[in-house]
Amino acid sequence: MSIGHTLLGLLESGPRHGYDLKRAFDERFGHDKPLHYGQVYSTMSRLLKNGLVEVDGIEPGGGPERKRYAITDAGVTDVETWLAQPEKPEPYLQSTLYTKVVLSLLTGRNAADLLDGQRAEHLRLMRELTRRKAGGDLADQLICDHALFHLEADLRWLEMTAARLDRLASEVRS
Amino acid sequence: MTPTGALLTAGALRKTYGATLALDGADFGIHPGEVVAVMGPSGSGKSTLLHCLAGIVRPDSGEVRYRGRELSAMSDAERSALRRSDFGFVFQFGQLVPELTCVENVALPLRLSGVKRREAEARSTEWLDRLEVSDVAGKRPGEVSGGQGQRVAVARSLVTGPRVLFADEPTGALDSLNGERVMQLLTEAARDSRTAVVLVTHEPRVAAYSDREVVVRDGVARDMAGVA
Repeated sequence: MSIGHTLLGLLESGPRHGYDLKRAFDERFGHDKPLHYGQVYSTMSRLLKNGLVEVDGIEPGGGPERKRYAITDAGVTDVETWLAQPEKPEPYLQSTLYTKVVLSLLTGRNAADLLDGQRAEHLRLMRELTRRKAGGDLADQLICDHALFHLEADLRWLEMTAARLDRLASEVRS
Repeated sequence: MTPTGALLTAGALRKTYGATLALDGADFGIHPGEVVAVMGPSGSGKSTLLHCLAGIVRPDSGEVRYRGRELSAMSDAERSALRRSDFGFVFQFGQLVPELTCVENVALPLRLSGVKRREAEARSTEWLDRLEVSDVAGKRPGEVSGGQGQRVAVARSLVTGPRVLFADEPTGALDSLNGERVMQLLTEAARDSRTAVVLVTHEPRVAAYSDREVVVRDGVARDMAGVA
């Protein structure tokens, strides 16, 4: 995720202090990974240097968290361009799981057990996310659903691979 | 597997259909209030396992015990009575009687076991409400959406307070959002009433509503609790 663009976007509704920005970010997007203060200040100083934000005021007391930032016109354009740009789909072509399966087969280990163990691990996380979703608000549900759909895709791949293990084994060993 | 306190267990189940081996030594166990997903590829024996557990199909060998009683030692009449009194069923399609209204459909198993109409319909209305479909009570199945119909079917499967609910791809015909809501309501209701749920599914996101999974492959069931 582009932290710079996200902080800029949060500034569009009005000027904010550094600590306020961090809090807004964590509340909405930082469920599992809250921002470090250091990240906020390094990002803000970069945005400042690039003319995307300006300092709107400084509260007495000193320290970097006392600066109040406002987005500039260039900043608004930057957010707009970022939002309009489709994200590049992740191709997932370098899968560790695929490598592990092939190596298991190559070395005569049990690849079916490996796939079973992986399924159990994926389902464990899916259960956790499903529980979090049940107790959460709409934002939680959407965040968890995104993760759940990706995990589900992995699991479908596991099942397809499990069904074709014999063929794969004869190919990698030939 | 015969864990202590298990409600329903199966050991070394074998079942063939003609030349096809559907179950080849399957074990299974479930406790009250537990939701167990039975997963595996098509043709792996998932549904046969469910049918054996529910006493619908008699295995060629092996045993199924419900509260310590061996199902195959019961007469057909005893097994039917057990299915009516202690088991609930929900499937993927076509379970509702088209000529009856939704509330009458839910009330049907109660009526069959002799509950008076007024009381049966009152209890059914509560279940329809719980499944968030009280507004379709007076409609016939043909007049409601697939998601509503499936919730009615879930209400019907739980109205008798079964100790075991057998659910075979219960959300298979629904879109994701409806399917998930049905799973959420079904598992909440089952856990509240300590009903054990045997959930056959090939969908991982449906299986994620379970407490653990049993994977069936080539007729062998493997309990994945403690794996990985």
